[in-house]
Parts: sequence; structure tokens; C-alpha cells
Amino acid sequence: MIRPLIAGAAALALCAGPAMAQQKTIKIGFISTFSGPAAAIGNDMRNSFELGLDHMSRKLGGLPVEVIYEDDEIKPEVGVQKTQKLIESDHVDFIVGYIWSNVLLASLKPLVDSKTMTVVTNAGASQLAGEQCSPYVFSTSWNNDQTPAAIGTYMNQKGVKTAFLMGPNYAAGKDMLNGVQTTFKGQIVGQELTRWPDQLDFSAELSKARAAKPDAIFAFYPGGAGVQFVTQYAQSGLKGQIPLYTAFTIDDLSLPRLKDLAIGVPGAQEWVNDLPNDANKKFVADFKAKYKASPSFYGAQTYDAVALINSAVTAVKGDLSNKDGMRKEMEKADFKSVRGNFRFGNNHIPIQNFYLQDADKTADGGYALHTVSLIVKDDQDKFHDKCSMK
Amino acid sequence: MDARDKHGHDARGRGCDGTMLYFIEQLLNGVQLGMLLFLLAAGLTLIFGIMDLVNLAHGSLYMLGAYFAATFATLTGSFVLGAILALAATFVSGVALEVIAIRPLYGRSHLDHVLGTFGLLLFFNELVRLVWGPAGMTLSLPSEMLTAVQIIPGVYYPAYRLVIIAATLAVAALLYILVMRTRLGMLIRAGASNREMVGALGVNIKLLYTLVFGLGAALAGFAGLMQAPILTVQIGMGENILILAFVVIIIGGIGSIRGAFVAAIVVGLIDTIGRAFLPDLLRAVLNTNTALTLAPALSSMSIYMLMAGILVFRPEGLFPAASK
Repeated sequence: MIRPLIAGAAALALCAGPAMAQQKTIKIGFISTFSGPAAAIGNDMRNSFELGLDHMSRKLGGLPVEVIYEDDEIKPEVGVQKTQKLIESDHVDFIVGYIWSNVLLASLKPLVDSKTMTVVTNAGASQLAGEQCSPYVFSTSWNNDQTPAAIGTYMNQKGVKTAFLMGPNYAAGKDMLNGVQTTFKGQIVGQELTRWPDQLDFSAELSKARAAKPDAIFAFYPGGAGVQFVTQYAQSGLKGQIPLYTAFTIDDLSLPRLKDLAIGVPGAQEWVNDLPNDANKKFVADFKAKYKASPSFYGAQTYDAVALINSAVTAVKGDLSNKDGMRKEMEKADFKSVRGNFRFGNNHIPIQNFYLQDADKTADGGYALHTVSLIVKDDQDKFHDKCSMK
Repeated sequence: MDARDKHGHDARGRGCDGTMLYFIEQLLNGVQLGMLLFLLAAGLTLIFGIMDLVNLAHGSLYMLGAYFAATFATLTGSFVLGAILALAATFVSGVALEVIAIRPLYGRSHLDHVLGTFGLLLFFNELVRLVWGPAGMTLSLPSEMLTAVQIIPGVYYPAYRLVIIAATLAVAALLYILVMRTRLGMLIRAGASNREMVGALGVNIKLLYTLVFGLGAALAGFAGLMQAPILTVQIGMGENILILAFVVIIIGGIGSIRGAFVAAIVVGLIDTIGRAFLPDLLRAVLNTNTALTLAPALSSMSIYMLMAGILVFRPEGLFPAASK
């Protein structure tokens, strides 16, 4: 009875000893999807985050970093649990990540209530940009309406008069379909929200789109669903009949699986792997060297989070309790973003450029996305007026 | 720019005829989904009906079929050859699975079956992750399949989905002949009605079980490989569809292949028609945004409401197998 107790006490002493002697560390909780098909996205984000830390010599603002990765399983109820665990039991200094808008919305209350410094690296729920904006929550991605609004602008340029809209039935799907309509001047002849995330066969909806005879179809299908949607669109014989315009449907993760099917399908994005700034060249080249794959926009946004946190911790000289000091520094967005320079709006959502991207074959027989043109410069989301921060 | 005019589509706007043609297209979508469900449900109902085994790992065999097909098609460069090899590989996997892991479960309670086969489901997901990686695979169709065929004037239907319908009908016919016209089929039917008696009459029930499980696995694998080009190949792809397959065998009557066939088509049609027409119906009475959100939820509920109705009024299903 006594011996295990002594052993336990000794072990505790061993653990406690170095920790007390050690300098302070930054604890970062990282929430993404690491199981199921969407694990491809989560892995890309984790790889980019790790690469970002490597580029900072594993120190942010001079402090060593400890990252705790948690899997949200694409489920809001799991995401909020993991968020609470990171805040209450791990006492993290920062929380980074969130792919899915519905997971973010569920997790927002514990984040805001605990005033945890948060960098959202993908999810762009419109509520976060509007009435639920928070002084301690920043986004290195976008608000959901911005990317589809950019593609809506491009559809106007292409003379599209009628469009059929499709997306999944969750927070982001609704935001995206509304986003296109903020800029698209033509007529919407039909729109469909499909079951999420379990519906992967879109035959009924594609038949409906065919029957509506639009000039164009707009689709938002993130992750693996994008592969399925674009594949079924091609199989239905619609390619060549009704052009497809996309947001977050074709990316560097889905392209190796879509191959030729992705060619000629335009999409909008705030970051493309060939953007010609130095930070991006270094990121893309080192990512390819380390992981033997191309990074996606999910990764790029997450890589930026490392530099953003570094700027904040540097500004307060490692005093992690000075949250307002960190917040003020982060609001300046004073770091080299891989998308080129951008600034934060009053709601901590980036004001940034959106580009038209297209897929093409590369010289070595692979496929790559490339920038075609700038669609909209310094775009700000439409919800910032509803944010109480000024 | 209207490339579709070359395909003979009529002018914008659809009249009464257009609505009818659109309805036919949606019916075909429903039948196609039903065909897929039948392939899964047939194996499930055989295994449940004859061996009294609840097999949650059936979806894993569906997934294996898809992964095998994608792998073999890449290796051989031929879709058809890949499919045939995948079918054989899934059959062998099914037989091996039965001999190694399923046999100890016979005669135990359904809860043990559920726990055991749920464990297998997790095992297969991890196995696939180790062997093929987490990213998933793509099984590309030959380019001539990437088109829509005009089946009657004005109705275009994806060529590959027609292939699925035809191939599944052929499999259903073969299955019918196998079960109704062969000695093996007689034993299977006898096994479904009275297992103990079949054993008592000196039939090698162990071998029969292994064959039936292998057959069920091959059917699931066939469903997986046919569906692979549409849905792409990924871990856990069999899990959602398996729930629908269970609904099908409950509606059709456990142990009845005919029941599985009819119920699969009914479920396929209800699911598709719901998705196709419910949003428009709801939009007539509600505002667009509410209707848009509500429709997918309601249409996914509809088949479960059907199942509940069947359980109340015909608890044995539409075509109950002969009483046990």
C-alpha cells in the first residue's frame, strides 16, 4: 500500500521539478477534424501549423510551444466538449483551428465567456462577423459570404443571367448561398440545400438543376463532398452543357482525386498556392519538401495563425496574461501573410483580396491550381456593421 | 453558348410534358438508389435470416469492395477487370472473416453480435487507414461513361447510373435463379425457415453458413464497387448506407430476398422523390429559407416514418420469410 504511494509521490516530484525550473511555455489548443474522410483537411492544417512552428524554431515570442490537438469529428457537440476541455482542464493560452461553421458556433460561447485568445483558421460563420463578434476572437480566413460573393461577381462578368445554387444544409451552406446572391445580378432559378454530412449522392438535385435549365450552377461542397459533387456533375453529362462555378469545392486536397474533372471549373479563393509573395513561396516550397504534397488554403490560413500569435506574444514580451496587449497587436495584422498583406476589419475578420483560380495539368503530369486574375480587391464582409466592436 | 441545344433540349421553360419527363428522371434516380440498397440488403437479409446474425460489419465489406476495385482498376488499367478481381477478393475476405471472427458468435445473443461486429467495423476502418491511407481513393470511369444518354425523347440519364441499374437487375436475376432453382438455394431457403431441421438432416451447415456469408460479402462488395465511381472511396463509406439497408430488410421482411428487392426500390423512391419534390411543396406554404432548411430534414425522416408504420401494421415486414 505504501510503496505505490511513495512511487507516485516520487513520480509527481519528478514531473513537477523540471516544470518549475523550466521557463514558461505557451499552450495552444488546436481543434480540427482528425478522423473520418475530413481528416485530410485536419492533417493539412496540422502539418501547416507544425511547419509554421518549425519556421519559428518552435518558439513564439521567445517562449517554447506546446500544442494539444483535438478532433471535433465534424460534430458541433464534440467540438464544444473539446473546446471546454482545452479551456478548463488544459488551461490553454490560445485556441486555434475550426474547419466547420456549425462546430465553431457551438464552441463560441465557452471561448468568449472564458476570454480565451482564439484564432479561427477556416470556419467563417456570419454570426461571428456580426452580432457574435468578440474582442478575443480573430479569423485568418474569411467570412462565409465573401468567397461566394466574389464568384457571384465573376458570374456577372461572364454574362450569366440565370443560376441554380447548391450547398449542404448547415450554417456555412446557408451563408454561401446567400453570399452569391449579394453580388450576382441575374435570376436565381432554383436552390437546394442537401443533407449534411451524410448525403453524398446528388442525383435528385442534379436532375433538378438540369430541368431548371440555368446558365450556370453554383456549388459549395467542402472536403470530400466536393470530389463527389464534381464527379457526379461530370457523370451526369452536365459538364459542357451547364457551366459550374464553385466556392471551396475544388482545392489542393481534392484536386489529386478529381484530376481532369476539375479542369475548367472556376472557383474563388483568398489564397492560391502560386501567389507571388516571398512568405508564400517559402511556405509552399517547404511544405512540399516536408510532406510531399501541396498545401491547401486550409493549411495556408493555419500557417498564418502561427505568425499572428507570434506577433502578439512578442508585443507583450511573453506576458500571456496581458490579453488586451495581445489583442491590440493582433488587430494590426503585423506579419507577413502568405496571401499577401491584409488588414483586420472592426470584427477581426480579414479585409483582403479574392482571386479567380483554375486547375491545370503541370509539366510533370500532375495537377495544380493557379491564380487566373484578381476578382475583388480589399473585400470586407457584409456583416461587420452588426458587430458591436468599432 | 447554349451547348445543350445541340443535345436537342427544348427551349427554356417546361410545360406539362417537361414536368412529366423530369418526374421520370427522378423516378430513375430513385430506382438507382433502390438498386444499390438491394445489393446491400440482400446479403444482410440472407445472413440475418439464415444465420440469425446481426452483422454491423456488412458496411465494411461494401467499403472493402470499393477499395479493392479502386486498387485493382489502377493496377490493371481496366475498370471491368478491376471490378471482377474486386468481387473475387471481397468474396474471399468474407469467407475468411466468417471462419476467423464470425463463427464464435453463432448462437449467442444479438447484443453479442452487435458488439462483436461493431468491433469488426472499427477494425476494418483502421485496417483500411493503415493499408490505403486516410485520404481515400478515386475510381475513375472511362471517359465514354461521363455522359448522359437520351433514353426517351427529352429524358437524359447519366450513362453510368443506367449501367448500375442494368447490372443490379442482372445480379438480382442470378440471385433469384440461385435461390429458387438450385440445390444450394434450396438449402438456403430451408435454412431460413428452419435451421435446426436442416442441420439435423445431415447438411453441412458450417459450410453453408460460410458460403452464405461469402455470398453476402460479394453482394456488398459489388454494391461498393459499383458505387465507388459516384461516391468516391473513403473510410467509413459503408456506415450511413448500412442504416438504410437495415431499414430495407425490416420493411421487406427479414430473410426475404423478394422483400428486400421490393423494399429497396420503395425506400429508394421515397428518399429521392422526397428530396426532389418536398422543397417545392414546402415553398408553396412557407418562406423560401425555412422551406430550404426544413425539406432535407423532412425527406430524410420519411423513410423512417414508413418503417415505423410497417412495424405497427405488419411487424413481420411486407414479405415475411416462412415462420421460424
